[in-house]
Amino acid sequence: MKRVVITGAGTINALGHTVPETLEAMREGRCGIGQLEFRDVERLAIQIGGQVRNFEAEGRFNRQQMSLYDRFTQFTLTAAAEAVAQAGLEFHGELSARAGVVLGTAGGGVSTWDDNYRSVYEDGKNRVHPFVVPKLMNNAAASHVSMQYNLKGPSFTVSTACASSNHAMSLAFQLVRSGAAPAMLTGGSESMLCFGGVKAWEGLRVMSKDACRPFSANRNGMVQGEGAGVFVFEEYEHARKRGAEILCEVAGFAMTSDASDIVMPSKQGAARAMAGALADAGINGDAVGYINAHGTGTAANDKTECAAVADVFGPHADDLMISSTKSMHGHLIGGTGAVELLACIMALRDGVIAPTIGYQEPDPECALDVVPNVAREAKVDVALSNAFAFGGLNAVLALRRV
Amino acid sequence: MSTRDKVIAIIAEQAVLSPSDVTPDSTLEDLGIDSLGLVESIFAIEEEFDISIPFNANDPKESDFDISNVGAIIAGIEKMIAEQS
Repeated sequence: MKRVVITGAGTINALGHTVPETLEAMREGRCGIGQLEFRDVERLAIQIGGQVRNFEAEGRFNRQQMSLYDRFTQFTLTAAAEAVAQAGLEFHGELSARAGVVLGTAGGGVSTWDDNYRSVYEDGKNRVHPFVVPKLMNNAAASHVSMQYNLKGPSFTVSTACASSNHAMSLAFQLVRSGAAPAMLTGGSESMLCFGGVKAWEGLRVMSKDACRPFSANRNGMVQGEGAGVFVFEEYEHARKRGAEILCEVAGFAMTSDASDIVMPSKQGAARAMAGALADAGINGDAVGYINAHGTGTAANDKTECAAVADVFGPHADDLMISSTKSMHGHLIGGTGAVELLACIMALRDGVIAPTIGYQEPDPECALDVVPNVAREAKVDVALSNAFAFGGLNAVLALRRV
Repeated sequence: MSTRDKVIAIIAEQAVLSPSDVTPDSTLEDLGIDSLGLVESIFAIEEEFDISIPFNANDPKESDFDISNVGAIIAGIEKMIAEQS
């Protein structure tokens, strides 16, 4: 089996339009969540979110591209450009033929659905633009990345709600580890901050009206975010030979299914995924210094996740740090694992642990070191990134400092 | 603006050309408009004139709408507008 390393990272999210901006915001414990701004927002009970601001898509993409790129594709291409530039890879010949892109998204082109339903239902129009389907399809972003970078190997999109990005990155990891592909672009993207997208979430009554406060006793729900994270996963020797900068190693992964409930998480499913990722990586639990939690800020997730961590790590659970950066960038749903992987890279490479902001009151059911409110310096050798989706589908990645 | 000028403006925008570069003799191929560009042009023309063009992208030649060149497209649209009124 091959070793897999990350040689490029890119993002756009409520904290920043690039990786350096995002990591700076995480170090400073800055909150990217605020009043939502889009048509009909006044008809929503939930009006906050981690919205990407000052993103001038028209300046980045030409008219023809704009007619084909939903916002989730625009985010993906923006993040991919940063990741590929950092990796310094050019895809041609054998590399082009074998490299691909696996991305996660839960909703795909949600605002394209929303705009066009509005047009035919509310405005009574009988004709829609011919590109509605290629614009909204869940694989649009992956396809445009493949076209942009000449990736002719395995490319597809994974849609497993809040675990989409982690499942996607797990599959990309497998493709590189097995030798099937020398490099893969992977990560995920989401853009459902539009009237229909937020209204649908509102229906579940799990959304907070004021803030995302994971693990805090007074937490009152999740807050949506939007954006993308894209990484270059590369076979270690391939990266080493060309002198690429290695951000960290992807050491292992595991995927499990609760097989129990469509929305309620299961401690066992989460615990099996974390333990499985460690076993896959051949790493002992006591080597783990940091966990980027799924940490949604809902009553159900946070206590279940903390109980699962306690089960997997035993006494070491009290020594490790676990934070939820969703408190800052919101829950990017299908893109969340990708943006959260950045916090793991920062922990491993820079020795800075992103905080859980908005933390106000300890909760005895979440009695772990959640790095409350202020980032911390610490040397971390191994980090886990958790994602536990609606539908009971879990994916955890294990990352190692190189 | 006449029907002819409006159609030429739409096609020129699609081809990223100046309207003066689009003549009745120009074929869509000459102008660099591919199949996706064609359906987008037809959509824009339908929106502009509030008509419904009988065009099937699966088999353009069998459609009851001549797209062999810009002049034929303009003539087809003028005929549809005349029939509508």
